[in-house]
Amino acid sequence: MALSLEIRGLDAGYGAVRALHGVSLSIGEKETVALLGTNGNGKSTLMKCVMGMVRPSRGDIVLNLDGQAFDLKTLSTEAIVDLGVAMVPEGRRLFPRLTVEENLLLGAYRRASRRQLGRNLEFCYEAFPVLKERRRQLAGSMSGGQQQMLAIARALMSAPKLLLVDEPSVGLAPILVSHTITKIKELKEEYGLTVLMAEQNFHQAIRIADRGSIIVHGEIVFSGTVSELEKNELVKSYYLGT
Amino acid sequence: MKFWIGAALALAIGVGLPLLPVNEYVFYAGYVVLTYVVLATAWNILGGYAGYVNFGPPAFFGIGAYAAVVLFKWLGAPLGVQIAGAAFMGGAMGFGVGLLTLRLRGIFFAIATVAIIFIMETLMVNWRYVGGATGLQLLRPQVELYASYTRMLFAVIAVMAVASVAIARYVQESWIGRGLRALRDSEEAAEGCGVPTLRLKLVACTLSGALMGAAGAPMPMYLSFIEPASTFNLAYTIGSLGSAIIGGMSHWAGPIVGAILLGSLQQIITVTISNEMNVLVVGVLLVVFVVAAPEGILGLFRKVLGRTSK
Repeated sequence: MALSLEIRGLDAGYGAVRALHGVSLSIGEKETVALLGTNGNGKSTLMKCVMGMVRPSRGDIVLNLDGQAFDLKTLSTEAIVDLGVAMVPEGRRLFPRLTVEENLLLGAYRRASRRQLGRNLEFCYEAFPVLKERRRQLAGSMSGGQQQMLAIARALMSAPKLLLVDEPSVGLAPILVSHTITKIKELKEEYGLTVLMAEQNFHQAIRIADRGSIIVHGEIVFSGTVSELEKNELVKSYYLGT
Repeated sequence: MKFWIGAALALAIGVGLPLLPVNEYVFYAGYVVLTYVVLATAWNILGGYAGYVNFGPPAFFGIGAYAAVVLFKWLGAPLGVQIAGAAFMGGAMGFGVGLLTLRLRGIFFAIATVAIIFIMETLMVNWRYVGGATGLQLLRPQVELYASYTRMLFAVIAVMAVASVAIARYVQESWIGRGLRALRDSEEAAEGCGVPTLRLKLVACTLSGALMGAAGAPMPMYLSFIEPASTFNLAYTIGSLGSAIIGGMSHWAGPIVGAILLGSLQQIITVTISNEMNVLVVGVLLVVFVVAAPEGILGLFRKVLGRTSK
């Protein structure tokens, strides 16, 4: 099973506002790539382009799966989920008035996922025991950290091969950020997930990333391995502000 | 299983009662109450489950009523065909409203649905064939089996009420309902999960519209008359919305409870006090429920049950 995501020369925006300018990025199988950048630089837009929720005006997004190439630019979000792509959205975006369990079931909405519903639900409860305890509770009534766990579990309910994680650290206490990142790391190692993670927190992100790309004003200004990132002067000036 | 026993019982009463020598007024008033059961149940599929507030029930109800009249006048179609035609027209209009949800949400969607009422009313006022503004007198055909046409209509609307509740229950308990509840909470998140939001909204709008259209079909025969001002009356909006809010919007049983309560109360007040008082009572009831029990009677019931079981 070979999987890779290839983004080439992507332009995207909202109306007259251009959020991405010629973004290129590639992710190989079982690789974890961190998309680094502060607010408003286009991280979430890039994620939404991959999910088919924002349509790019130029460029290509190609998912190679077992020797077959899929042009995600032309596919609906439903079809992209069917291919094994799932997203943990920024700010969690749970269904607050539905129960924890119903939130999880919605992660398995696609027909193919429903067939393995029991197995995937059991897996999620095993990975996140707190969710099992609280499965009849309304999602909106849980703490921020628990909600983030639920958002991750919901994305895993479709048994994805490529997981997009958009700013898992938003609105969480530092200790919870660390827990969340550790959990993502465990999950990806155990299940061989390929991960694209957008994150502002440089030091947390490089704990799990193999490579990173810095995005500033919708353009990738630097890409490299984690050690290259740490040493790079450009990174320090652009991103760490030193 | 329990549901189907209840449904069979309701059907038996609805169809059987008009055969018995019961006072005619029961059916005359009961018909209106059951119409509200259908309207509120249909409204709740879109408004309750998906959270899209539709202020346009009179437009759907009206298009159903006029579709029935046209079929009757043009082809002399029997009631069953009239209802099917009305459901089709209501469904088609619902599909159109569903396409509106692509661009309009919240209050903007609600306003657009109000506009549809006025468009439909204006069209009918200017259409001579169906009587224009002055309306059209209709001659009821002969009725078999039942002692009067009104009794037969009561049986028909009872069947429609049971059918619409069964449909609403199916929607609620299936993946359609789950998807609708998800997009009510967050449309973007639902889409991200792979929920086909547009398709589900179209299904909900079409179903809701078809049922509301069907509810309007027997009305012209019930009144032996049709006329735009009373057909496209906002009272139908208040009746459907009010019943769902008072009964509870999260469950198929809510609109039934609300419609029976509100509908009967309205009938009783209209007869015993006055028609104006009836409007006031509905208004006050709505305010009380929105403030004190936003989950409706069903919500109150659940709260009490929850307390005693602990």
